[in-house]
Amino acid sequence: MFTKPIHIKLFFLAVLIAALLLPLFISDAYMFQVVIMSILFAIATCAMNLIIGFTGQASLAHGAFFGIGAYGVAILTKAGVSFWLALPAAAVMAVLIGLPVGLISLRTRGHYFAIVTLCFGVIMWIVAGNWIELTGGENGIFGIAPPGDILVPLIGRIDFSSQAAQYYLALAFLLLTLWALYRIVYSVFGLTFMAVRNNEALADAVGINTFTTKLISFEAANFIAALAGGLYAIVIGAVSPSAAGYGLTFNFLIYLILGGIATLSGSVIGAFAIPILMESLQFLQDYQLLIFGALLVVVIIYFPMGFVGGLRRLNQIIADRRRRKKSEAVHVSG
Amino acid sequence: MFLAKSLTKLFDGLAAVQDVSFEIKQGEILAIIGPNGAGKSTLFNMMTGTFKPTSGLVFMDGHNITGLKPYRIVTKGMARTFQTTSLFDQLRVIDNLMIGYKWRTGLGFWNTLLHTPKWKAYQTEAFLRAMEILEFLGLTDKSEFFIPALSQEEQKRLAIGIAMMGKPRMLLLDEPTGGLIQEETDRITRLIQRIRDQGTTVCIIEHKMQMIMGLADRIVVLNYGKKIAEGSPEEIKSNQAVIEAYLGGEVHA
Amino acid sequence: MELFLQQVFNGIMFGSTYAIVALGLTLVMGILNIPNFAHGHLYMLGGYVTYFFFATLGLGFWLSLLASMIILGMVGVVMERVVFRPLTGQPPINDFIAAIGSLVFLEAFALAVWGPQGLRITNPYPETFQFLGITMTVQRVLVIVAAAALIVGLHFFMKKTVLGATIEAVAQNREGAMLTGINVNRVSAITFAISTATAALAASFLSPIFMLSPSMGAILGMKAFIIVILGGLGSIPGAILGGYILGLIEALGGGYVSAAYKNVFAFGALILILSIKPTGLFGKKEA
Ligand SMILES: Nc1ncnc2c1ncn2[C@@H]1O[C@H](COP(=O)(O)OP(=O)(O)OP(=O)(O)O)[C@@H](O)[C@H]1O
Ligand SMILES: [Mg+2]
Repeated sequence: MFTKPIHIKLFFLAVLIAALLLPLFISDAYMFQVVIMSILFAIATCAMNLIIGFTGQASLAHGAFFGIGAYGVAILTKAGVSFWLALPAAAVMAVLIGLPVGLISLRTRGHYFAIVTLCFGVIMWIVAGNWIELTGGENGIFGIAPPGDILVPLIGRIDFSSQAAQYYLALAFLLLTLWALYRIVYSVFGLTFMAVRNNEALADAVGINTFTTKLISFEAANFIAALAGGLYAIVIGAVSPSAAGYGLTFNFLIYLILGGIATLSGSVIGAFAIPILMESLQFLQDYQLLIFGALLVVVIIYFPMGFVGGLRRLNQIIADRRRRKKSEAVHVSG
Repeated sequence: MFLAKSLTKLFDGLAAVQDVSFEIKQGEILAIIGPNGAGKSTLFNMMTGTFKPTSGLVFMDGHNITGLKPYRIVTKGMARTFQTTSLFDQLRVIDNLMIGYKWRTGLGFWNTLLHTPKWKAYQTEAFLRAMEILEFLGLTDKSEFFIPALSQEEQKRLAIGIAMMGKPRMLLLDEPTGGLIQEETDRITRLIQRIRDQGTTVCIIEHKMQMIMGLADRIVVLNYGKKIAEGSPEEIKSNQAVIEAYLGGEVHA
Repeated sequence: MELFLQQVFNGIMFGSTYAIVALGLTLVMGILNIPNFAHGHLYMLGGYVTYFFFATLGLGFWLSLLASMIILGMVGVVMERVVFRPLTGQPPINDFIAAIGSLVFLEAFALAVWGPQGLRITNPYPETFQFLGITMTVQRVLVIVAAAALIVGLHFFMKKTVLGATIEAVAQNREGAMLTGINVNRVSAITFAISTATAALAASFLSPIFMLSPSMGAILGMKAFIIVILGGLGSIPGAILGGYILGLIEALGGGYVSAAYKNVFAFGALILILSIKPTGLFGKKEA
């Protein structure tokens, strides 16, 4: 029903192998950090894709749930809780906080939903900057320890203080996220998300509880975003309000749209390509954001389906041309 | 099997439907007709939970289903189509159909994530049902098509098919042949007859008199939101109030 | 009581600004259906342009204000033409991204030209006086009066002029207006120009009171958005009322409860209202 052609599968396999071997080729610690960050942002963007891309609900509280994960892990590990317990706890916390948020905001639609969730995002950001006893205020929380060692059968003891180990940890979570989203999106259950996005009245009329569907998608997205945030806390070793800010939400949104909305690979491509693009515009200094802003507008006008959407269209055009050539050939011979 | 009792719907104080009662019997084709704006679609929307009636009650198999949400009413065995062809136009034909089967399955978040045996069974069940419906609609070779690639008539067929996916005992069709030419209308009419022959009760809104006279067992006529007649096609044809409503209109206003 | 009145006065002054800024945004959102998230940044740019004419070129306050309105009006026309019109017919989220691109651009532009440090123009009317036991400055009173004048003027423009009626017609039914031969593109451009020029007006009046900075547009833009949604998309009375309500909520919440959480009250109020009435105070039935 939902299988991909073989050459695409091979391509994904090649990317996976390259990702596994990557630490052997990166010597620069700064670059390595950028790559790890990209992975975490990719996880968060994939989650955003679930609620925005597949379910069609423009949740702009996403950065806040990333922040709940980050602050949750920071606060819990500082209180002496093991990272391995703190991470799921923070993610569950995001789901719990997401429940009232979702119950209220999902009653609204379209622009209204976007704005209500944005308000929640801004509120959490303000709280992060002002609840000094809990969050450390504007300074945030620093000196977050890397995860403790774990014992894995066959492999032995893994120590997570090295960048390489953290890289693999992040990569594992990205793969897990993609695996989960793949299963959800390519199924009848996933179709109900798209049904809600595409035609809510019809979805309702064919027996889908659209509110619950949206809520599940929202909460799944929040859970994953918080996981990404929790990993962010230990990779950076510090959190500040910007890790819960609406600026972060906008970044994810940009990765999502420019990579290609409602495609699994698009989120990952966006989350890797945009930070690298930003890095390469660094030489422009003050003009970096000027160019980036203009570029964003140009891309959304000329490639509204993002990079992956553009590729698909290119594919389509080539296929059409081939078909036309074939039929022309038949004409000539006939 | 279905009963509407004194249904009334006010929009900003204006009555779109006023005190309409009628019954639908097991296995029949009941037609609801009336001039534009008579309140037919509004009546449908109250029967299927899209609108809450201002007053009045709706019963299915003797159970009061008034005020239930549409997705709950579907589970009572009642499915509907919309006046303007309503499909999931970003998805393929097969996906459109499978969505219509979801409520019958236990395909939820955890099943799907973990690919439990139950998931496999349900997923297959949904697929087989979709294949069955495709065959029934004559759309088997179009299963992978996206909606915009279908003709008007094929889209109307598919809309009916989506409603049938969940094996409803009663099907509500809102102008299933609106905008179609005679030939296409005939084909849809035959499809509806086949649906009834399978044992599904049908309630249909139509404008096309000739078609409805040949298809319906009984007819309910609405005008200005009120029921002005009810009976067999023969009775309706010779009913004075109906003739006036369709010819004169203003007489009752 | 004094504190209360002082907060009310401040609330009305903030509310005046919010009302004007939201008014411009609701025109664009309601009529063109463009969620122009960069509106706050256009306000910011308006402030800087006023600064440029007033402080750099040495023009008078009123002349600078006028120049700023004209220039921002032109910026609005260009923005509609270059950024948003090519996106007609695409999902709203794309407009949103384009708006984010624009605001990133505008903020970077202000940063490159005027630098990150806060700027302030010298107050043309620094006199203060006492009224009902509270301290007022002429400039602050001027903000309130100017906002009221603008609201009244805009009301007459919409209700009494052909152009106003045309804009209203496009807002109600875009396709229908097109069929009757209205040049919808021209109306869009004009609407955008009005929207940005009023933002410049608000910024000009406030620039002697508050520091200008490239990042000042973000939160204000968000608040304008909130007000527009609060009042109901495209509703002009809704935007005005919403603006004053928000100003008062903030001033009173900030004055009595916690200044740091001032914005939380604003955003919280919106959530509360929308959770009770999902399409805003004056909203149409369905968005
Ligand atoms: N959501 C609504 N809000 C306000 N008025 C409505 C609404 N829906 C329908 N109406 C009004 O109710 C009346 C009945 O409309 P309805 O759509 O039920 O008529 P109909 O019989 O289905 O007509 P048609 O043959 O054109 O489909 C009309 O006057 C219509 O304008
Ligand atoms: Mg109708």
